Amino acid sequence: MNIEACILVLLGGFLGGVGRFFVSRVVGRRVGETFPWGTLVVNVSGALAIGAFAGAARIAGGPVASDMLRSFIVVGVFGGYTTVSSFCLQTLNLAFGGEMSRAAFNIVASAGLCVLAVGAGFWSVVRLAG
Amino acid sequence: MQTVDKRDAALRLYLAVGCGAAIGSLLRFLAGVVIVSTLGQSALLATGFVNVVGSFVIMLFATLTGPDGRLSVGPAGRQFVIGGLCGGFTTFSAMSLDAFILLLDGDLPLAAIYLATVILASLAAALLGHGLAARLNN
Repeated sequence: MNIEACILVLLGGFLGGVGRFFVSRVVGRRVGETFPWGTLVVNVSGALAIGAFAGAARIAGGPVASDMLRSFIVVGVFGGYTTVSSFCLQTLNLAFGGEMSRAAFNIVASAGLCVLAVGAGFWSVVRLAG
Repeated sequence: MQTVDKRDAALRLYLAVGCGAAIGSLLRFLAGVVIVSTLGQSALLATGFVNVVGSFVIMLFATLTGPDGRLSVGPAGRQFVIGGLCGGFTTFSAMSLDAFILLLDGDLPLAAIYLATVILASLAAALLGHGLAARLNN
């Protein structure tokens, strides 16, 4: 760990957080706020991106897999962009509002789609480059 | 004037979320360094830890500063903690990547157990944070 990595994480986290706020607001405005689609879109798109990055790091190695780039992109941007805390807050709010099936759907859809999205990002980069 | 005020308010929210997320992300990075390098634990544990703690804090804070809450915090202050600190501290992407790597290694049971445990523990921690805050509000 060093000070450069910390600064890269700070910068990446700022960009990721602003990106999340923007995307979840735009999605919420377009499709309404009765279900937390915004956070779902953020988490699934972030999963797709981290999968693509992992695929690129596996085939390219070297600079793509360097600690500095990883700190900025993976820990900072993607980590700051995606969120488990808002997912929990919104899932509990659905449950508190008596919408148990929507709460359950949010849990299953988030977990399932995010892992699928990592796979989609990873394999498309590996196939395209390989 | 009104549109300028509105844009100003939106800018404040974006800055609050961005700065909170920068600090939250750095804290997540440092928690990972301590848990993995210093304590010698697995990276899976580090991701689980930040998600559980961040989910506890978000509900504790949201309920304390909500309509029936005992703390009064403005919209930017709320977003700094909720969308910023907690959003930046927790991560769905690293957790999903962890699960995918376990799948690549052919360890489907561990991938499923890991994902289910972290998500359910985060939800339980959020419920606990809400319950504690509701008690403090009374």
